[in-house]
Amino acid sequence: MGSLLLDRLLVNIKGHDVSELSKIIVIGANSAIAVHCMRLWLAKAPAEIVLVGRNVERLQAVAADLRVRNPAVVLRVLSGDFTQTDSIADLAGQAWGTQPAAIVLLAQGVLPPQQDCQSDLAVCRAVLDVNAVSAALFAEAFAAKMEAAGAGTLAVLGSVAGDRGRQSNYIYGAAKGLMERYVQGLQHRFAGTAIKVVLLKPGPTDTPMTAAFKQQGMKLAPVADVAEQIVRAINQGVAVAYVPGKWRLIMMIIRHLPRIVFNRMRI
Amino acid sequence: MKVASWGGLTPLPHTVRALSRAELHRADKPLGRGIAFGMGRSYGDVCLNPGGVLWQTTGLDGFIAFDEQTGRLCCEAGVLLKDIQRLLMPRGWALAVTPGTQFVTVGGAIANDVHGKNHHVAGSFGDHVSAIRLLRTDGEVIDCGPEQATDWFRATVGGLGLTGLITLVELQLQPVRSVWLNVETCVYHNLNEFFALSAQAEKEFAYSVSWVDCLAGQQGRGVFIKANHSPPIAADSCPPLPSSGGALRNVPFTPPFSLINKLSLRCFNQLYFHANQRKKSQQIQHYTSFFYPLDNVQHWNRLYGRRGFYQYQCVIPPADGALALKQMLDVIARADEGSFLSVLKTFGSRTAPGMLSFPMPGVTLALDFPNRQQRTQRLFAQLDGIVSECGGRLYPAKDARMPRRLFAAGYPELSAFLAYRDPGIQSALARRLID
Ligand SMILES: Cc1cc2nc3c(=O)[nH]c(=O)nc-3n(C[C@H](O)[C@H](O)[C@H](O)COP(=O)(O)OP(=O)(O)OC[C@H]3O[C@@H](n4cnc5c(N)ncnc54)[C@H](O)[C@@H]3O)c2cc1C
Ligand SMILES: NC(=O)c1ccc[n+]([C@@H]2O[C@H](COP(=O)([O-])OP(=O)(O)OC[C@H]3O[C@@H](n4cnc5c(N)ncnc54)[C@H](OP(=O)(O)O)[C@@H]3O)[C@@H](O)[C@H]2O)c1
Repeated sequence: MGSLLLDRLLVNIKGHDVSELSKIIVIGANSAIAVHCMRLWLAKAPAEIVLVGRNVERLQAVAADLRVRNPAVVLRVLSGDFTQTDSIADLAGQAWGTQPAAIVLLAQGVLPPQQDCQSDLAVCRAVLDVNAVSAALFAEAFAAKMEAAGAGTLAVLGSVAGDRGRQSNYIYGAAKGLMERYVQGLQHRFAGTAIKVVLLKPGPTDTPMTAAFKQQGMKLAPVADVAEQIVRAINQGVAVAYVPGKWRLIMMIIRHLPRIVFNRMRI
Repeated sequence: MKVASWGGLTPLPHTVRALSRAELHRADKPLGRGIAFGMGRSYGDVCLNPGGVLWQTTGLDGFIAFDEQTGRLCCEAGVLLKDIQRLLMPRGWALAVTPGTQFVTVGGAIANDVHGKNHHVAGSFGDHVSAIRLLRTDGEVIDCGPEQATDWFRATVGGLGLTGLITLVELQLQPVRSVWLNVETCVYHNLNEFFALSAQAEKEFAYSVSWVDCLAGQQGRGVFIKANHSPPIAADSCPPLPSSGGALRNVPFTPPFSLINKLSLRCFNQLYFHANQRKKSQQIQHYTSFFYPLDNVQHWNRLYGRRGFYQYQCVIPPADGALALKQMLDVIARADEGSFLSVLKTFGSRTAPGMLSFPMPGVTLALDFPNRQQRTQRLFAQLDGIVSECGGRLYPAKDARMPRRLFAAGYPELSAFLAYRDPGIQSALARRLID
């Protein structure tokens, strides 16, 4: 008896606490870019954050870091299989629960060497599955929930690689391109509502994803700077943000290069 | 990719491998051969490995746990001192020891066993490390600390990155009551005054440091700074908060030649000395202005031009302190080489925690010189002579050129240290001074 009462009390206290915090759901929450975004959010104010990924241990390390940074944070860790439709639906349902989220950030992604995608269809498929299919399915699941709640910001990590197919990464680029078209449609669907859909397009950023490029000496933007600009773009609810901003111009040029010129370039 | 350390001497090709947490867990022997590279804030070649691999540790930047009651912090080795201070100082805890820049990783601070302006009360960084997890290139994981595997701990603190990769660290922070310090400044006109001020300050102040005007010759005039942590101060009496992040001043590119030369130095030194003569001698400073004045100008090292610069930092045992300093200042003045940043500070009597730790009882002098090749090397050879004569040592974190004998003479535990070296780890400094 006593313990039941206690349980209910705890639930109430917890429920009360949590409802005062803004809630953020992060898919692919072990992503370096996502981790830096969460650190920035928590530097401003405590929040309730649901960390969703595929590996509990890695997610718990992220949770520990965030808890030191802001002891008032309320954290939940959920893991599942991003290649299974049911699992995605389930994760989205559990993450949302009964409490609408102010922000949902989709940050999962993989970028194996393009050569591996060409020589092994399984790798090719994984790139399409994670970067495009899982992202679109998560987005679709949360879109329905945001629609019901009448509010929310859905932020999707696309990439400059989605702007034009290039020999060096077109499988990844195709997946990111799919997300661009998808987001466009969702923005159209939610036009005139309080729901915002934000597409973020980072340029090459210093994270585990680009470790191989770094070894080859490629210049990469510091992840903390990229995250800062992402957080700003999400706050402002802009439709499409290149981060850093210089990529808008660079990609505009690349998109508009005549094919005859473009095809001679090895980029 | 071409990499140089903070001194900006010739950048040389390296393979830079960014480490990630997941990657370290993935394999039995995840490291291969190389050496850890934190923020590259060392001045010389201790963090370099030309032709080889650098393990960049800044991605290992996670906090693990913090106990607000005891001030124990557990974190990964790539966490920046800046993040610890910024996050925890407002919550009442600060690093017990901090160097003059906060753009340094915890791992780098341990590997050089760095010291701060409070050496006389707090010792060096390693004195506040309660545990280290070391990953060796053969895959072995060693947990060590002041109470367990103490030999490994003594080798790794100040171990110049050569005993393995530090992955996790537990630190004891010091309680502070605010982010402010009460700072007192005065000038001194000669070295005797400096030593008297130091002796006095060591009794009453947690922090003391001084800037010495090397162009003024052997008399050694300078500015003495001492401080204590301040209790909380009312919001309306706070000095303006230093701007954070974006508004930093920056040196955006490297000029082809050094902008720091005799003329600019002489002007600066005159101005600085006289400004301090007039300045209010007591003030409240934010911790960033007090501990990290240079961090306000990003890439200030570029001012030294494409050839880069050297820092020469020595410690002289107490018995010879005054005399040796006089000789050194005299040599510098006569060589007509001014040093922009000349820092003079006494160390306390505490025995340092590492086999190769730099701090020892005495007085330490740190000097920056633009790289003018032969000229600069000749000056260093003269300074070396004075240091070795009185049984002093040079600081490897700042060094790119000391002769082997001076290293061996300054660090008598070197041969004991060698037993703990990781055979898979190489650095330019190790090749130059040890192998
Ligand atoms: C403006 C300025 C002021 C300074 N003031 C002071 C001062 O007051 N006192 C002082 O003592 N020093 C001072 N320094 C020097 C600086 O504190 C040290 O060089 C420090 O070690 C640099 O840390 P880092 O993270 O940049 O390491 P790096 O310079 O990149 O590396 C330093 C050493 O640490 C090793 N290392 C780094 N990470 C690890 C790891 N995870 N595991 C094992 N080994 C590792 C490297 O292999 C290398 O041997 C100053 C430097 C500057 C630029
Ligand atoms: N870094 C760049 O240069 C760059 C540029 C443009 C766009 N982006 C995009 O930004 C987002 C974040 O990337 P990042 O740079 O932060 O990379 P990251 O640190 O490597 O993060 C990628 C995340 O995706 C997760 N993931 C990968 N495969 C998965 C799978 N099959 N199932 C579930 N989760 C999976 C990873 O989970 P685990 O931790 O469990 O492995 C990881 O947390 C990605 O969408 C990426 O495409 C990155």
